[in-house]
Amino acid sequence: MTTMTEQSTQVYSIFIRATPEQVWEGITKPEFTTRYFFGSVIDSTFQPGSPYIGWSSDRSQQFVDGEVLESDPPRRLRHTWRALYDEDMANEAPSHVTWEIEPQDGGYTKLTVVHDRLEASPKTAVSVAGGWMYVLSGLKSLLETAKPLEG
Amino acid sequence: MTDDDRVFKALSDPTRRFLLDRLFERDGRTLTELESELEMTRFGVMKHLRVLEDAGLVVTRRSGREKLHFLNPVPIRLIHDRWIDKYRERQVSALAELKHELEGEEAG
Repeated sequence: MTTMTEQSTQVYSIFIRATPEQVWEGITKPEFTTRYFFGSVIDSTFQPGSPYIGWSSDRSQQFVDGEVLESDPPRRLRHTWRALYDEDMANEAPSHVTWEIEPQDGGYTKLTVVHDRLEASPKTAVSVAGGWMYVLSGLKSLLETAKPLEG
Repeated sequence: MTDDDRVFKALSDPTRRFLLDRLFERDGRTLTELESELEMTRFGVMKHLRVLEDAGLVVTRRSGREKLHFLNPVPIRLIHDRWIDKYRERQVSALAELKHELEGEEAG
């Protein structure tokens, strides 16, 4: 039996040759995020309750609006997500993004992104499905070679 | 075995590609659901899912009492970056060189 809950969750995971601290920095420092997150400047204090904002690289346009729900550096970050780069998506309900960072053997870290609560946001669900792949492979490339691939 | 080897090995089997396609259509399925679409024992399907999981192409998450299987396309993206973009780049630069040469001749 399929429920809406199952359909509304997307899971992405990647192994990165870096420490959990480096992965956390890659996710939270705007000087890194501009280089792999579609050019976005991620702006937040990463304290629960604080805004999670994604700006265009020149900060002229806001791409993403959210709020930090949980923050446990360098292990776990959870925030809401509302895409503002498209009017239809901006009108959809906010969804949730969770970043899980787990140390592995051999100097690797496993990063898992769970994008859930997408049941009321079908357009966002379609849009981010392709996006997270680029974001994660770009982050891996940045942290391992300090040279992200052009998306 | 390297990560690439695991991904290529996982993709080399038609049943496993079928399972990925089912998850692409609808993500977050239980073993029972996936099994119902295949003429195969539960154990056989579990073995294939295990290979996909080892390659990172399938990620499982618990939801209450159920274990749900999700398609993780990231390793395919990495293969694409590693094997497709690289060769396409060479092709593009060969074309650019040809254009440069032809236009150069024209100019001379």
